[in-house]
Amino acid sequence: MPELLPPPRESALTGFRTLLHKEVLRFWKVGFQTVLAPVLNAMLFLLIFSHVLDRHVTVYGEVSYGSFLVPGLVMMSLLQNAFANSSSSLIQSKITGNIIFMLLPPLSYREFYAAYVLASVLRGLLVGVGVLLVAWPLVDLPFVHPLWILVFALLGGAILGSLGVIAGIWADKFDQLAGFQNFLILPLTMLSGVFYSIHSLPALWQRISHANPFFYMIDGFRYGFFGHSDVSPWLSLAVVGVSFVLLTALTLALLARGYKLRT
Amino acid sequence: MSLPAIRVSALTKRYGGLQALAGVDLEIRQGEFFGLLGPNGAGKTTLISALAGLVRPDGGRLEVMGHDVVADYRQARRALGVVPQELVFDPFFSVRELLRIQAGYFGLRADAWIDEILEGLGLTAKANVNMRALSGGMKRRVLVAQALVHRPPVIVLDEPTAGVDVELRQGLWQFVRKLNEAGHTIVLTTHYLEEAETLCGRIAMLKSGRVVALDTTANLLERFATHTLHTRLAQPQIGVALGGRADEDGWVDFAFDQFAEVEVLLARLREAGAGLQEMRLGEPDLERVFVEVMQRA
Ligand SMILES: Nc1ncnc2c1ncn2[C@@H]1O[C@H](COP(=O)(O)OP(=O)(O)OP(=O)(O)O)[C@@H](O)[C@H]1O
Ligand SMILES: [Mg+2]
Repeated sequence: MPELLPPPRESALTGFRTLLHKEVLRFWKVGFQTVLAPVLNAMLFLLIFSHVLDRHVTVYGEVSYGSFLVPGLVMMSLLQNAFANSSSSLIQSKITGNIIFMLLPPLSYREFYAAYVLASVLRGLLVGVGVLLVAWPLVDLPFVHPLWILVFALLGGAILGSLGVIAGIWADKFDQLAGFQNFLILPLTMLSGVFYSIHSLPALWQRISHANPFFYMIDGFRYGFFGHSDVSPWLSLAVVGVSFVLLTALTLALLARGYKLRT
Repeated sequence: MSLPAIRVSALTKRYGGLQALAGVDLEIRQGEFFGLLGPNGAGKTTLISALAGLVRPDGGRLEVMGHDVVADYRQARRALGVVPQELVFDPFFSVRELLRIQAGYFGLRADAWIDEILEGLGLTAKANVNMRALSGGMKRRVLVAQALVHRPPVIVLDEPTAGVDVELRQGLWQFVRKLNEAGHTIVLTTHYLEEAETLCGRIAMLKSGRVVALDTTANLLERFATHTLHTRLAQPQIGVALGGRADEDGWVDFAFDQFAEVEVLLARLREAGAGLQEMRLGEPDLERVFVEVMQRA
């Protein structure tokens, strides 16, 4: 029977690691929907668009449309799934009420943030790598600057993971979250140059695209593959880096206040 | 003098126009089995949530084992185990996975202790069953188990027996009693007043966010409750004329404080020819105390 023994040994990071582990398990257990389905989606896009356009369109001079499309699709899938992970996990926990099991223990809001965002990044990367692997035999991908690829993948995943945390704690109902997804995330990713080089756009649309931070994530990511991009990768890095810092600060501030979590 | 397990001072909380807690002061000693009673909406859950850091108070201070729940939240939360009122669960995991995860949040690996909790709560056979597949009563047991994974010295149970069958209720109380005997402080809210009466050494009654009674259970019973003499009379109207209260089953009840009053009462019933057919004595119980306290407050 229970006695008042000193509690078992503990380490400072175990709480954070456990939350991360739980968040990873949560999507991994239903990997069919959370990883395989998005990979399949991206493949359908690739097959349809590249089949229709491959022979007619080339980008940056010598890059076939299929090759051009793949990094965009990879990044788009990565971003959407990073967002979906933290946002759906949080709103489910809020609606079912089991969020309290994460609020009762001595986890700091920074640990909470880091675990949710990291799990989102992991799911995003997994989906991204999945899309890449399936597309590999179909197109030529030179991988000119692997480090740029990695940096943009990580930052993009973290930004969308953060946005997912904000959306998940802000939304009270699933349809509010769907609104966030349909009216913000989806248009911004679709209009970010996944399917086209913005140089092919009219001047006005080019300027509008430049105001979309998602454009820089995809453009910088694509630079890593081809060594070509619409804008300098350094500019993209700056925009994406600043977005990440601002969004992290905002998310942490909300969590520190207990916004909608500790009422 | 040792530190109180829980100290609440001048706690206030308002939800819009509703004062859920209107200045609560309360001290619960280590090792107590304490009852927190009150009608629906009295503020019991709000008080517990504030203690657990789930609700931000508007004013006042809360300490668990001497640790301020805001400034020193890590220590305070380590010292506290809460069984929530709502039947919440994470449908993704099995019972054992859930308990491992919960222990992990506290920075602990506690497999042997988890086995003990499972055993003590009759959950061993369900250890590898998914939460979704458990009955309501079983889910309730898992909630208790989750509150215990980090062996908190202070355990708060918010209506743990709502919707729970007799067997589990008794098993649960046996388990909680043992925890109490082992030195854990127990705080209990319940609407089953006979449970509170048998289990709790001291009781606070809350009404509209205020403590309206706070004393040992024995004192409360003595202070407020009267005994009752239930009688069945051939002429009930005579009993009523002598100050009795007729209930719907045809009994006439007389309230009294001292047993000497019974002698007098019986003599008067006989003189008046009421025709005593049957009688029973009712001990004072917490339900009467509760009703009386709530009416006076
Ligand atoms: N999040 C909230 N928003 C608005 N009002 C709330 C909220 N939580 C509680 N209240 C109100 O505060 C009051 C106290 O509620 P609380 O849940 O603490 O009561 P309780 O004593 O636990 O009742 P019960 O016995 O029904 O569980 C109630 O009037 C309730 O409606
Ligand atoms: Mg309640």
